Amino acid sequence: MTIPDIHRTIDAVWRIESARLIASLTRIVRDVGLAEDLAQGALVAALEQWPQSGIPDKPGAWLMTTAKHHAIDQIRRNVRLERKQEELGRELEIGQELGVPDLDVDSDEDMGDDLLRLIFIACHPVLSKEARLALTLRLLGGLTTDEIARAFLVPEPTIAQRIVRAKRTLSEARVPFEVPMGSERAMRLSSVLEVIYLIFNEGYSATSGDDWMRPALCEDALRLGRVLAELIPNEPEVHGLVALMEIQASRLRARIGPSGEAIPLLEQNRGRWDQLLIQRGFAALLRAEAVGGALGPYRLQAAIAACHAQARTPEETDWERIAALYDALVQLAPSPIVELNRAVAISMAFGPAAGLEIVDTLTTEPSLKTYHLLPSVRGDLLAKLGRFSEAHAEFKRAASLTRNARERELLLERAATMMKGKSV
Amino acid sequence: MRYMMMTKDDASSAGTPPSPELYAAMGKLIEEMSKAGVLLATGGLSPNPTRIKSSGGKITVTDGPFTEAKEAVVGFALVEAKSKEEAIELSKRFWQVVGDGQGEIYEVF
Repeated sequence: MTIPDIHRTIDAVWRIESARLIASLTRIVRDVGLAEDLAQGALVAALEQWPQSGIPDKPGAWLMTTAKHHAIDQIRRNVRLERKQEELGRELEIGQELGVPDLDVDSDEDMGDDLLRLIFIACHPVLSKEARLALTLRLLGGLTTDEIARAFLVPEPTIAQRIVRAKRTLSEARVPFEVPMGSERAMRLSSVLEVIYLIFNEGYSATSGDDWMRPALCEDALRLGRVLAELIPNEPEVHGLVALMEIQASRLRARIGPSGEAIPLLEQNRGRWDQLLIQRGFAALLRAEAVGGALGPYRLQAAIAACHAQARTPEETDWERIAALYDALVQLAPSPIVELNRAVAISMAFGPAAGLEIVDTLTTEPSLKTYHLLPSVRGDLLAKLGRFSEAHAEFKRAASLTRNARERELLLERAATMMKGKSV
Repeated sequence: MRYMMMTKDDASSAGTPPSPELYAAMGKLIEEMSKAGVLLATGGLSPNPTRIKSSGGKITVTDGPFTEAKEAVVGFALVEAKSKEEAIELSKRFWQVVGDGQGEIYEVF
């Protein structure tokens, strides 16, 4: 193997092994920052040694053993670990007793628990949203600082700083390395799901001209979600989130037009929807149902996405069911955008007047002031009701709010047809 | 990126089903890859495929087994990985469980 080949392989091994490695080390040294340093140290050792010795059969175990040895060295040098010595003493003794280079291979279960704890820590609410995103992608996604910077369109030093500060915050807050239970659990889990979905949406919103790291975020988020679903399969909202992401991701190839404009769901070529991902989404929804419990916002959104995925053509869409799901969603997770989507569903199920009633309550909503889809939807409903001059004004307003040139063109065209008195 | 991994049988053991131990080990591996969030789909293939050939507008259908088949495809796994190297690493874990054999890895476009 050439050196570049070996480096690419080491990168791949890192992506596969680093999260579990850091997780186990965090359990041992009780400090995420130190754990990552030790893991990075093992990576450096691999980069130095594997080109000569070859890739080991069990690269994960090699990295773990190397990192643990470095940890033991650090303990002896007594740097930052004075107060942790008692806890670590146990590990040290076991290691010395065994005295074998291969050391203990952590059981699958242990590593799963460790990984879960690490996920909760990286998404701890004491950290800012940006910090949680960066730390999660770094510790759990195995992304480099540069890759994260490219994914979020910020300079690399910004991300590096965010990660450093995040680790410091966790250290100072003395966040315990444990899986939250009891009353804290729902809130902590909600934070984890929020981070994963934010990563997904960042990728989903990427346009074709962007760095490929951006749409790759969808894969990163999906992988994290799937891993989480296996770690805590008794949490229905986790399966709900996975289902939502799988089904949304199924539309990735259908949603961008030739000039980079977003193609609305109802106008997408459904032949381009990825059926494998849709099936996976349905399977995840079924798992959520099997667990049971009250419907949460992710399950509801996933159920709505599933309604669309099930319709072979837009005309076959079960709008009444979608409207009912939105009714439930707006109770659980009210927001102006959810309300707008609900209005669309209601208009499709029960006629434009019913939808317009809801949209009219949103026209003064501050958060939707520059949202071009609001006047666009309102124009559509007005046109269906034959109120053409009002529809015309709304389409012009929508055109002025959109940033995409092709979308602006399309909206201005619609505005023009209103003046000719045509209904759609 | 998606990679299709196909496992091939060699003619000498073609048609013999895997031992129970091997089944169990493969089952465990599939579990692990699912837990890692990388396995999209997987399956074993029947050793008796049906062949279909189209030539000059004429279609011929032939049922297996085919004695001259040297390397029948016996199984597949569709995985999501960021690079070919990652797909290869994942595949290595499979071969560590299975032992001798060969396969092919295709990037799926």
